[in-house]
Amino acid sequence: MKLVLEQLSVARGARPIIAGLSFTVAAGEAVLLTGPNGAGKTTLIRSIAGLLAPSEGRIRLEGASEEFDLAQYCHYVGHINALKASLTVAENLQFWGDYYADGQSPPRLGRAHLDRVLDRFNLDALADIATAYLSAGQKRRVGLARILMAKRPVWLLDEPTVSLDSDSAGIISGLINEHTADGGMAIVATHLPLALTSPRTLHLKPFHDMVTA
Amino acid sequence: MSGFVTLLKRDTKLALRDGGALGTALGFYLIVVSLLPLGLGPDLNLLGRIAPGILWIALLLAALLSLNRMFETDFEDGSLEAIAAGPLPLELVAAAKAAAHALTTGVPLVLATPVLGLLLNLDIKAYPALLASMLAGVPAISFLGSIGAALTLKTRRGGLLLALLVLPLYVPALIFGISAVSSALSGPQGASSSFLILSAVSLVSLVLGPVAAAAALRVQMQ
Repeated sequence: MKLVLEQLSVARGARPIIAGLSFTVAAGEAVLLTGPNGAGKTTLIRSIAGLLAPSEGRIRLEGASEEFDLAQYCHYVGHINALKASLTVAENLQFWGDYYADGQSPPRLGRAHLDRVLDRFNLDALADIATAYLSAGQKRRVGLARILMAKRPVWLLDEPTVSLDSDSAGIISGLINEHTADGGMAIVATHLPLALTSPRTLHLKPFHDMVTA
Repeated sequence: MSGFVTLLKRDTKLALRDGGALGTALGFYLIVVSLLPLGLGPDLNLLGRIAPGILWIALLLAALLSLNRMFETDFEDGSLEAIAAGPLPLELVAAAKAAAHALTTGVPLVLATPVLGLLLNLDIKAYPALLASMLAGVPAISFLGSIGAALTLKTRRGGLLLALLVLPLYVPALIFGISAVSSALSGPQGASSSFLILSAVSLVSLVLGPVAAAAALRVQMQ
């Protein structure tokens, strides 16, 4: 699989944020998106996730079935965690597992899988606590744990390590490394260094021109 | 389809666990209905005559109160974007949320109606027809309401705007709901034509509501 961005331009309202960006992410690659605030990192990630329509150019996933949208191959975790305050950690995650499992094979990842995910994110002790009572870092971990509840090839993570301690940040970079070693793709917007194996860096500058390092 | 059921279950669970929306709607329904006799005076015949209309209008207003939260909570906490990236088309997402609203707000309001009918001296013969017409109208209320809820998603303090958008859409359901009750009282014709038209209005809104709401959501989420 290969994610291809062709002459991509995205505008918010009348204001162009990204202009003429061409970029390819091959299977097994991790891309770090860097750049100052307002450079368009979130805009780029959201347009790959299908949440913003490009004004020009296109984004396609080579080797993907025509039957599904690109969005259905992506896990997008934005600045907010998509958690329901009155549901417990386990209920929140199980919902995403069940919901994303519709029409996929294997059909449904059971309780054993949920336990593995909780264990991976050090959330075992919090499984039966409503997310309303969690700290910001704990909520962030639950929000990120969603990406393990269904297998999807493209991970789009927007500032994943915000409010995480260094151990948890290490868990995230470990997961991204495993995902890319397994043939997955990851695009990660970040200001903080992540311990990734051989990441590529795409440095976005505010207004138009792009530089790839 | 299992995604539809999963979403419906989650929304029902959330509505029951948070409880606020249903409590407010029921309380509002009770207050509106109990204020009317105070304003109209203790004329039992008058109250009995206008009771079906009052109950229907109060039901619509009470259901309207909770409409604005249908997509808003999921939009604010980011869930809506993650749901949109799921396997379910946005039309079915909107349908699942409207169905959850019907089950957790519409149906409980209808079930509270017999008690409120007592306050208004509602003719005992009118109860079955009124409840049947309300139950048949509940899908119209929630599914047409989902259009307004989706359109006002990003509008701060959109409650009033939502009412302006949605209440006109409720006119057919209201007209045929009331006339189904009065025709049931005036003659033993079984299911009256009004009741059938009301059911048709509900069925049409089951189809139109999710399609229109999904179109509005696509624009709002950009």
